[in-house]
Amino acid sequence: MDLAQLQRQLVDYKTSLYHEDFLDEQFTQLQELQDENNPDFVVEVVSLFFEDSDRLLNELTKALEQQSVDFKSVDAHVHQLKGSSSSIGAQRVQKVCIAFRNYCEEQNVEGCLKCLQQVRHEYSLVKTKLEFMFQLQQQILSAGGSIPM
Amino acid sequence: MVLGKASSSSLSMKSDEDVVNNNNNLRVLVVDDSPMIRKLHDMYLKKFGLEVQVAENGKNAVELFRFGASFDLILMDKEMPVMDGAEATKELRAMGVKSMIVGVTSLDSPYEKQVFMEAGLNYCFNKPLIADNISFLLQELNKNNNDKN
Repeated sequence: MDLAQLQRQLVDYKTSLYHEDFLDEQFTQLQELQDENNPDFVVEVVSLFFEDSDRLLNELTKALEQQSVDFKSVDAHVHQLKGSSSSIGAQRVQKVCIAFRNYCEEQNVEGCLKCLQQVRHEYSLVKTKLEFMFQLQQQILSAGGSIPM
Repeated sequence: MVLGKASSSSLSMKSDEDVVNNNNNLRVLVVDDSPMIRKLHDMYLKKFGLEVQVAENGKNAVELFRFGASFDLILMDKEMPVMDGAEATKELRAMGVKSMIVGVTSLDSPYEKQVFMEAGLNYCFNKPLIADNISFLLQELNKNNNDKN
Protein backbone atom coordinates (compact mmCIF):
# COMPACT_ATOMS: atom_id res chain seq x y z
CA MET A 1 0.00 0.00 0.00
CA ASP A 2 1.45 3.39 -0.87
CA LEU A 3 1.57 6.40 1.42
CA ALA A 4 -1.50 8.12 0.01
CA GLN A 5 -3.52 4.93 0.36
CA LEU A 6 -2.38 4.50 3.95
CA GLN A 7 -3.36 8.05 4.76
CA ARG A 8 -6.76 7.57 3.17
CA GLN A 9 -7.24 4.36 5.11
CA LEU A 10 -6.44 6.17 8.35
CA VAL A 11 -8.89 8.98 7.66
CA ASP A 12 -11.65 6.50 6.77
CA TYR A 13 -10.89 4.42 9.83
CA LYS A 14 -10.97 7.40 12.17
CA THR A 15 -14.22 8.63 10.63
CA SER A 16 -15.83 5.24 11.21
CA LEU A 17 -14.74 5.26 14.87
CA TYR A 18 -16.51 8.57 15.41
CA HIS A 19 -19.50 7.48 13.36
CA GLU A 20 -19.94 4.31 15.42
CA ASP A 21 -19.56 6.25 18.69
CA PHE A 22 -16.36 4.53 19.70
CA LEU A 23 -14.79 7.98 19.98
CA ASP A 24 -16.25 11.41 20.53
CA GLU A 25 -15.27 15.10 20.53
CA GLN A 26 -13.11 14.64 23.61
CA PHE A 27 -10.69 12.50 21.60
CA THR A 28 -10.42 15.30 19.05
CA GLN A 29 -9.51 17.72 21.86
CA LEU A 30 -6.81 15.30 22.93
CA GLN A 31 -5.32 15.25 19.44
CA GLU A 32 -5.37 19.03 19.30
CA LEU A 33 -3.19 19.16 22.41
CA GLN A 34 -0.43 17.15 20.73
CA ASP A 35 2.38 19.14 19.11
CA GLU A 36 6.01 18.81 17.96
CA ASN A 37 7.22 19.18 21.55
CA ASN A 38 4.97 16.34 22.69
CA PRO A 39 4.56 14.13 19.60
CA ASP A 40 3.49 11.05 21.59
CA PHE A 41 1.01 12.76 23.86
CA VAL A 42 -2.10 10.97 22.58
CA VAL A 43 -0.47 7.54 22.66
CA GLU A 44 0.80 8.23 26.21
CA VAL A 45 -2.56 9.34 27.53
CA VAL A 46 -4.34 6.43 25.88
CA SER A 47 -1.77 4.01 27.35
CA LEU A 48 -2.49 5.42 30.79
CA PHE A 49 -6.17 4.89 30.10
CA PHE A 50 -5.51 1.23 29.22
CA GLU A 51 -3.50 0.72 32.43
CA ASP A 52 -6.15 2.43 34.53
CA SER A 53 -8.97 0.46 32.93
CA ASP A 54 -7.25 -2.93 33.24
CA ARG A 55 -6.77 -2.27 36.95
CA LEU A 56 -10.36 -1.08 37.46
CA LEU A 57 -11.85 -4.03 35.58
CA ASN A 58 -9.87 -6.42 37.79
CA GLU A 59 -11.05 -4.63 40.93
CA LEU A 60 -14.64 -4.78 39.69
CA THR A 61 -14.44 -8.48 38.95
CA LYS A 62 -13.07 -9.17 42.44
CA ALA A 63 -15.63 -6.95 44.13
CA LEU A 64 -18.56 -8.58 42.37
CA GLU A 65 -17.31 -12.07 43.26
CA GLN A 66 -17.64 -11.37 46.98
CA GLN A 67 -20.30 -13.18 49.01
CA SER A 68 -21.59 -9.86 50.21
CA VAL A 69 -21.01 -7.25 47.53
CA ASP A 70 -19.78 -3.84 48.67
CA PHE A 71 -21.80 -1.70 46.24
CA LYS A 72 -20.19 1.50 47.41
CA SER A 73 -16.81 0.16 46.40
CA VAL A 74 -18.13 -1.15 43.07
CA ASP A 75 -19.73 2.23 42.39
CA ALA A 76 -16.50 4.06 43.20
CA HIS A 77 -14.59 1.97 40.65
CA VAL A 78 -17.24 2.39 37.95
CA HIS A 79 -17.26 6.10 38.66
CA GLN A 80 -13.51 6.21 38.02
CA LEU A 81 -13.84 4.22 34.83
CA LYS A 82 -16.61 6.53 33.67
CA GLY A 83 -14.39 9.53 34.36
CA SER A 84 -11.35 8.24 32.55
CA SER A 85 -13.26 6.87 29.55
CA SER A 86 -15.02 10.21 29.13
CA SER A 87 -11.67 11.99 29.37
CA ILE A 88 -10.32 10.26 26.31
CA GLY A 89 -13.62 10.22 24.45
CA ALA A 90 -14.37 6.49 24.74
CA GLN A 91 -18.10 7.14 24.47
CA ARG A 92 -19.44 3.60 24.38
CA VAL A 93 -17.49 2.59 27.49
CA GLN A 94 -18.74 5.71 29.26
CA LYS A 95 -22.37 4.89 28.35
CA VAL A 96 -22.18 1.42 29.86
CA CYS A 97 -20.70 2.92 33.03
CA ILE A 98 -23.76 5.12 33.43
CA ALA A 99 -26.07 2.09 33.32
CA PHE A 100 -23.66 0.23 35.61
CA ARG A 101 -23.90 2.94 38.26
CA ASN A 102 -27.69 2.76 38.19
CA TYR A 103 -27.53 -0.96 39.01
CA CYS A 104 -25.10 -0.20 41.84
CA GLU A 105 -27.58 2.25 43.28
CA GLU A 106 -30.29 -0.39 43.09
CA GLN A 107 -27.86 -2.89 44.66
CA ASN A 108 -28.69 -5.23 41.81
CA VAL A 109 -25.94 -7.88 41.51
CA GLU A 110 -27.33 -9.46 38.33
CA GLY A 111 -27.52 -6.09 36.64
CA CYS A 112 -24.00 -5.24 37.76
CA LEU A 113 -22.59 -8.50 36.43
CA LYS A 114 -24.29 -7.91 33.09
CA CYS A 115 -22.82 -4.43 32.91
CA LEU A 116 -19.39 -5.69 33.84
CA GLN A 117 -19.53 -8.07 30.89
CA GLN A 118 -20.72 -5.28 28.62
CA VAL A 119 -18.09 -2.82 29.76
CA ARG A 120 -15.34 -5.43 29.29
CA HIS A 121 -16.62 -6.00 25.79
CA GLU A 122 -16.81 -2.31 24.86
CA TYR A 123 -13.43 -1.67 26.41
CA SER A 124 -11.75 -4.46 24.49
CA LEU A 125 -13.34 -3.20 21.26
CA VAL A 126 -12.14 0.38 21.68
CA LYS A 127 -8.71 -0.84 22.81
CA THR A 128 -8.28 -2.97 19.69
CA LYS A 129 -9.49 -0.16 17.46
CA LEU A 130 -7.22 2.45 19.00
CA GLU A 131 -4.23 0.11 18.82
CA PHE A 132 -4.94 -0.50 15.15
CA MET A 133 -5.26 3.22 14.52
CA PHE A 134 -1.91 3.87 16.22
CA GLN A 135 -0.37 1.12 14.11
CA LEU A 136 -1.62 2.80 10.92
CA GLN A 137 -0.23 6.11 12.14
CA GLN A 138 3.13 4.51 12.83
CA GLN A 139 3.19 2.97 9.34
CA ILE A 140 2.53 6.36 7.81
CA LEU A 141 5.26 8.03 9.88
CA SER A 142 7.73 5.26 9.01
CA ALA A 143 6.95 5.77 5.32
CA GLY A 144 7.96 9.40 5.78
CA GLY A 145 4.43 10.76 5.64
CA SER A 146 2.47 12.96 8.02
CA ILE A 147 -0.70 12.12 9.93
CA PRO A 148 -3.81 13.56 8.28
CA MET A 149 -6.10 15.14 10.90
CA MET B 1 3.02 37.08 43.96
CA VAL B 2 4.83 40.14 42.71
CA LEU B 3 4.01 41.88 39.42
CA GLY B 4 6.64 44.18 38.01
CA LYS B 5 6.17 47.70 36.62
CA ALA B 6 5.89 46.36 33.04
CA SER B 7 2.64 44.57 33.85
CA SER B 8 0.87 47.63 35.27
CA SER B 9 1.43 49.53 32.02
CA SER B 10 -0.40 46.77 30.12
CA LEU B 11 -3.67 47.43 31.97
CA SER B 12 -5.13 49.57 29.20
CA MET B 13 -3.74 47.76 26.18
CA LYS B 14 -3.73 43.97 26.51
CA SER B 15 -1.66 42.44 23.72
CA ASP B 16 -1.31 38.69 23.24
CA GLU B 17 2.22 38.91 24.56
CA ASP B 18 1.03 40.53 27.76
CA VAL B 19 -1.48 37.73 28.28
CA VAL B 20 1.19 35.08 27.90
CA ASN B 21 3.55 37.06 30.15
CA ASN B 22 0.85 37.29 32.80
CA ASN B 23 0.21 33.59 32.46
CA ASN B 24 3.91 32.84 32.77
CA ASN B 25 3.77 34.18 36.33
CA LEU B 26 0.95 31.87 37.31
CA ARG B 27 1.56 28.65 39.16
CA VAL B 28 -1.03 25.87 39.13
CA LEU B 29 -1.36 22.79 41.32
CA VAL B 30 -3.24 19.83 39.84
CA VAL B 31 -4.54 17.48 42.54
CA ASP B 32 -5.87 14.17 41.20
CA ASP B 33 -5.28 10.49 41.94
CA SER B 34 -5.51 9.47 38.28
CA PRO B 35 -2.16 9.65 36.41
CA MET B 36 -4.13 10.03 33.20
CA ILE B 37 -6.03 13.10 34.40
CA ARG B 38 -2.88 14.63 35.86
CA LYS B 39 -1.16 14.24 32.48
CA LEU B 40 -4.14 15.64 30.59
CA HIS B 41 -4.60 18.71 32.77
CA ASP B 42 -0.85 19.28 32.91
CA MET B 43 -0.77 19.43 29.10
CA TYR B 44 -3.77 21.76 28.81
CA LEU B 45 -2.30 24.16 31.31
CA LYS B 46 1.19 24.15 29.83
CA LYS B 47 -0.40 25.08 26.48
CA PHE B 48 -1.61 28.24 28.14
CA GLY B 49 1.90 29.04 29.32
CA LEU B 50 1.34 28.06 32.96
CA GLU B 51 3.74 26.49 35.42
CA VAL B 52 2.27 23.20 36.63
CA GLN B 53 2.90 20.99 39.61
CA VAL B 54 0.93 17.83 40.44
CA ALA B 55 -0.15 16.09 43.64
CA GLU B 56 -1.70 12.62 43.96
CA ASN B 57 -4.15 13.29 46.74
CA GLY B 58 -5.51 15.92 49.12
CA LYS B 59 -2.99 15.16 51.85
CA ASN B 60 0.00 15.73 49.54
CA ALA B 61 -1.55 18.99 48.37
CA VAL B 62 -2.03 20.26 51.92
CA GLU B 63 1.54 19.27 52.82
CA LEU B 64 2.90 21.26 49.89
CA PHE B 65 1.29 24.35 51.36
CA ARG B 66 2.47 23.49 54.88
CA PHE B 67 6.02 23.40 53.54
CA GLY B 68 5.61 26.90 52.19
CA ALA B 69 4.67 26.33 48.53
CA SER B 70 2.20 28.73 47.01
CA PHE B 71 0.04 28.51 43.93
CA ASP B 72 -2.28 30.90 42.16
CA LEU B 73 -4.70 28.18 41.15
CA ILE B 74 -5.48 24.74 42.53
CA LEU B 75 -7.42 22.24 40.43
CA MET B 76 -8.89 19.86 43.00
CA ASP B 77 -10.38 16.47 42.20
CA LYS B 78 -13.09 15.34 44.60
CA GLU B 79 -12.68 11.55 44.87
CA MET B 80 -9.18 10.71 46.07
CA PRO B 81 -7.76 8.23 48.54
CA VAL B 82 -6.14 9.30 51.86
CA MET B 83 -7.78 12.75 51.81
CA ASP B 84 -10.50 13.75 49.37
CA GLY B 85 -10.96 17.08 47.63
CA ALA B 86 -13.57 18.50 49.96
CA GLU B 87 -11.51 17.76 53.07
CA ALA B 88 -8.33 19.12 51.48
CA THR B 89 -10.16 22.30 50.46
CA LYS B 90 -11.48 22.80 53.99
CA GLU B 91 -8.00 22.33 55.43
CA LEU B 92 -6.41 24.75 53.00
CA ARG B 93 -9.02 27.44 53.74
CA ALA B 94 -8.57 26.83 57.47
CA MET B 95 -4.81 27.35 56.96
CA GLY B 96 -5.61 30.73 55.44
CA VAL B 97 -4.93 29.82 51.81
CA LYS B 98 -6.53 32.45 49.59
CA SER B 99 -5.57 30.95 46.20
CA MET B 100 -8.31 30.18 43.72
CA ILE B 101 -9.44 26.59 44.33
CA VAL B 102 -11.43 25.01 41.53
CA GLY B 103 -13.15 21.67 41.97
CA VAL B 104 -12.90 19.29 39.03
CA THR B 105 -15.25 16.39 39.36
CA SER B 106 -17.22 13.71 37.60
CA LEU B 107 -19.94 13.98 40.24
CA ASP B 108 -23.33 13.95 38.58
CA SER B 109 -25.59 15.25 41.29
CA PRO B 110 -25.95 19.01 41.75
CA TYR B 111 -26.32 18.36 45.46
CA GLU B 112 -22.91 16.70 45.67
CA LYS B 113 -21.41 19.56 43.65
CA GLN B 114 -22.89 22.04 46.08
CA VAL B 115 -21.48 20.21 49.08
CA PHE B 116 -18.08 20.33 47.40
CA MET B 117 -18.49 24.07 46.66
CA GLU B 118 -19.33 24.69 50.30
CA ALA B 119 -15.97 23.23 51.35
CA GLY B 120 -14.50 26.48 50.04
CA LEU B 121 -14.23 26.28 46.27
CA ASN B 122 -14.32 29.31 44.01
CA TYR B 123 -15.72 27.29 41.09
CA CYS B 124 -16.58 23.71 40.24
CA PHE B 125 -16.26 22.18 36.77
CA ASN B 126 -16.92 18.79 35.24
CA LYS B 127 -14.02 16.51 34.45
CA PRO B 128 -12.10 16.80 32.26
CA LEU B 129 -11.47 20.49 31.87
CA ILE B 130 -11.72 21.88 28.39
CA ALA B 131 -9.92 24.84 26.88
CA ASP B 132 -12.89 27.18 27.51
CA ASN B 133 -12.84 26.41 31.25
CA ILE B 134 -9.14 27.23 31.44
CA SER B 135 -9.53 30.50 29.47
CA PHE B 136 -12.26 31.50 31.87
CA LEU B 137 -10.16 30.72 34.94
CA LEU B 138 -7.17 32.59 33.57
CA GLN B 139 -9.36 35.60 32.86
CA GLU B 140 -10.58 35.53 36.46
CA LEU B 141 -7.05 35.08 37.81
CA ASN B 142 -5.68 37.95 35.77
CA LYS B 143 -8.60 40.11 36.85
CA ASN B 144 -7.86 39.38 40.50
CA ASN B 145 -4.18 40.13 40.04
CA ASN B 146 -4.85 43.41 38.24
CA ASP B 147 -7.26 44.41 41.01
CA LYS B 148 -4.47 43.92 43.53
CA ASN B 149 -2.47 46.56 41.69
